[in-house]
Amino acid sequence: MRELTYAAALSEGCVQAMERDPAIFVTGIAVDYPSGIFGTTDEALKRFGPSRVFDAPAMENALTGIAIGAAVMGKRPVIVHPRNDFMFLAFDQLINLAAKWRYMYGGRAGTVPMVVRAVIGKGWGQGATHSQSLQAPLAHFPGLKVLMPACPQDAKGLTLAALQDDSPVVILEHRSLYGLTGPVDEAPLPTPIGKARIAREGRDLTIVAASAMVVEALRAAEELAREGVSVEVVDVRTIRPLDTDTILTSIRKTGRLLVTDTSWAFCGLSAEVAAVASEKAFDALKGPVRRLAVADCPAPVSEPLEAAFYPRASTIARAVFAMLGKTSAAFDGIDAEDNFKGPY
Amino acid sequence: MDALTPDVKRRLYRSVFRLRRIEERLADLYREQTMRTPAHFGVGQEAVASGVCEALGARDVVYSHHRCHNHYLARGGKLAGLAAELYGRIDGCARGRGGSVHLTARDQGFIVSSAILGQTVAVACGSALAFRMDGVPGVAVSFFGEATCEEGVFYESLNYAAINRLPVLFVCENNLYSTESPLSVRQPAGTALTDRAAAFKVEAHQVDGNDVFEVWNAARHAVDSIRSGGGPVFLECMTYRWLEHVGPKFDHEAGRSYRSREELDHWIARCPVRHARERLLAEGLVSKAELDAWSDAVEQEIDDAVATARDSAWPDAADLFENVH
Ligand SMILES: Cc1ncc(C[n+]2csc(CCOP(=O)(O)OP(=O)(O)O)c2C)c(N)n1
Ligand SMILES: [Mg+2]
Repeated sequence: MRELTYAAALSEGCVQAMERDPAIFVTGIAVDYPSGIFGTTDEALKRFGPSRVFDAPAMENALTGIAIGAAVMGKRPVIVHPRNDFMFLAFDQLINLAAKWRYMYGGRAGTVPMVVRAVIGKGWGQGATHSQSLQAPLAHFPGLKVLMPACPQDAKGLTLAALQDDSPVVILEHRSLYGLTGPVDEAPLPTPIGKARIAREGRDLTIVAASAMVVEALRAAEELAREGVSVEVVDVRTIRPLDTDTILTSIRKTGRLLVTDTSWAFCGLSAEVAAVASEKAFDALKGPVRRLAVADCPAPVSEPLEAAFYPRASTIARAVFAMLGKTSAAFDGIDAEDNFKGPY
Repeated sequence: MDALTPDVKRRLYRSVFRLRRIEERLADLYREQTMRTPAHFGVGQEAVASGVCEALGARDVVYSHHRCHNHYLARGGKLAGLAAELYGRIDGCARGRGGSVHLTARDQGFIVSSAILGQTVAVACGSALAFRMDGVPGVAVSFFGEATCEEGVFYESLNYAAINRLPVLFVCENNLYSTESPLSVRQPAGTALTDRAAAFKVEAHQVDGNDVFEVWNAARHAVDSIRSGGGPVFLECMTYRWLEHVGPKFDHEAGRSYRSREELDHWIARCPVRHARERLLAEGLVSKAELDAWSDAVEQEIDDAVATARDSAWPDAADLFENVH
C-alpha cells in the first residue's frame, strides 16, 4: 500500500468526503492560508474554492453556534482549531447545545452533523495554554463523539467516518503525529467509530493508549520484546464511545494493564479505563493497574522541565518492567529523537 | 411590501390576544405545581412576538431564548405541544425532554429555543449562512432579551453577520430587567443598544415593543430589506414583563421590591393587547360580537389543549437513552 503522512491523510480524508458531499464546508481561523493548518486544508481549498473553505474571525463560541445553525439546515460544517485549547471558548455551544440538541428537543429538531477538528500541541515550548489535550472534558458529555487518530490510516478513516456521522464529532489530532508516515488506503474507507485497534498483539501485559502515546507504547513494546516481554498495545481510537469490549478482552488475555494518555491522569481517560478494568475485569487482573500520563502540573516551557513532564517510550518500558517484577534493564536510549521544528 | 391593511390589523390583534390568554391561563395552572419546569412567562411582551412573526414568510426560521412561549406560539407551534411539554408528557413538542425553555416546532419554522443567554443568536446566524450558501431567500430571526447584549457571543455574532451580510433579523426585547437587575447596573448611563449594533455596521432601530402594529411595520421593512440582500437588521423593542422573572406570580405578590408597583401599573396602562383592541374598535375594524367570538375560540382552544396535554402519557423510562446520539 502507498504511504502518506498523518497530515496528508487528514487532508485526503477531508477532500474525498467533500467530493462526495457538497454540504461539507470548512471554516476557522487560518484554514485558507497557504500553509493550510499544517498542510491539511490547502488541498481542499485548491479543489473546492473559497465558498467551501473560508477563514473566520477569532470567535470560537459564536462560530460553533453558527456551525450548529448551518448543520441543522442540512450543511456539514467542519470547524478547525489550530490548537484544541482554543475550544474552551466554544464549550458553551459545543457542550450546552450541540451535544444535547438531538436529545433535548426529543429528536424533533433534527440532528447536528458537524465536525470539530482540533490540534493538540506538544513540546518545543508550546507551554501551558497551547499543549493541553481535551479528550477527558469533551468525552464527559453524552451526545458528543470524541476521536483521536494515532496513525495515518485512522487519520483519514476517522475523518471520513466523522463526516458521515449525524452526531457532533470532535477529532483531536496530535501535532507531533503530523509527520508520521504509514500505509493509507486510497479508497475512502471510514474507520468505524467506537472500535479500538489492536496495534500490536502480545501476551504478558496490555497497554491501552491514545493518540501520540500509541506511538510511544509501540516503541516501548518493541524494546520490551527484545527483553523477552510480550506486550499488547490497544489503540483506543475513539474516546467516546469507548470500545470497552476490546479493552476488556485484552485485559482478560494478559492479566495486566497499563494505561497511557496524552493528558493528566486525574479524572482523565486513563482513570476511566482503569475504572472499567476494575469494575469488569477485576478477577482477571494479576496486579494493580498502572497509569502513565503527563505530570500533574500545567505544561512547562523550559526543555528539562518539558522532558520531565511528558512520559515517553522509556518511561513506559520501565513501568512495564516494574509491573512484571523484573529488575530494571537499560531503556535509556530507546526514545525517538524529537525532530519537531519550531515554532508551532 | 404589504401595507398595514384592516386584515393585517385584525390578524395582529387576534395573535396578541391569543398569546395573552394562553400565558395567563398557563401561569394560573402553573400554580398547581404540576408543571415541573422553570417557566418564564411572556405576559406583557406579546406584541414583539406577534408583530415579528406575522411579518415572516413560510421559509423563514425563528430562534428564541428562555422566555420563548410567545415566540413558539406566534410562529405556529401547537399549543397542545407546549402544554404537554410543560406537563412533561410524551406529546410535548420535545417529548418531555426539553421543558419550558427548550421548545421546537421545526415544521412551523420555529427551530428551537434554548436557555443559555446568547446561544441561539449565533445559531440563527448559522442558519442564515446556510440560506446564503444554498441561495434560499430565507431570513433567520433571533429573539432574545436585552441581557444577551451583555454576552460576548452576541458581539461575535453581530460582527460575523455584518461581515457576511447575513440574512438575519436580531430582535431584542428590552424589558428593562435581567432577573432583578435593572439596566442602570448593567449599562453605562446614556447607553443605546442600537448604537452598539450600529457600531458593528448593523442597521438598527428602536421601536415601541408594546405596539404590535409598529413592531409589524418595522419587522416587515426589516425582513424585506434583509431578503433583498441588505444585510442584517437589529430591532430593539421596548417592552415590560408583568410577571416575576421565572414563575407565575406578580413580583408584589411574591414580596419583591426590586421594581415598584407604580412602574408595573405604568406599563399595564400601556398594555399591548388593550392598545391593539382599542385601535381596532376606534377604527371600526371589529365589532364587539366578533371580539367575543374570538375570545370564546381562544378559551376553547386552551381548554382543549390543556385537556389533551393532561391526558397525554408519560414518557417511558425505558426510552431514557433515546436520541442521545
Ligand atoms: C449564560 C447565561 N447566564 C446566566 C443565565 C441566567 N439567566 C437566565 S434568564 C436571565 C436574565 C435574562 O434577561 P434578559 O436577557 O433581559 O431576558 P428576560 O428574562 O428579561 O426576558 C439570566 C441572567 C443564563 N440562562 N445563561
Ligand atoms: Mg430583560
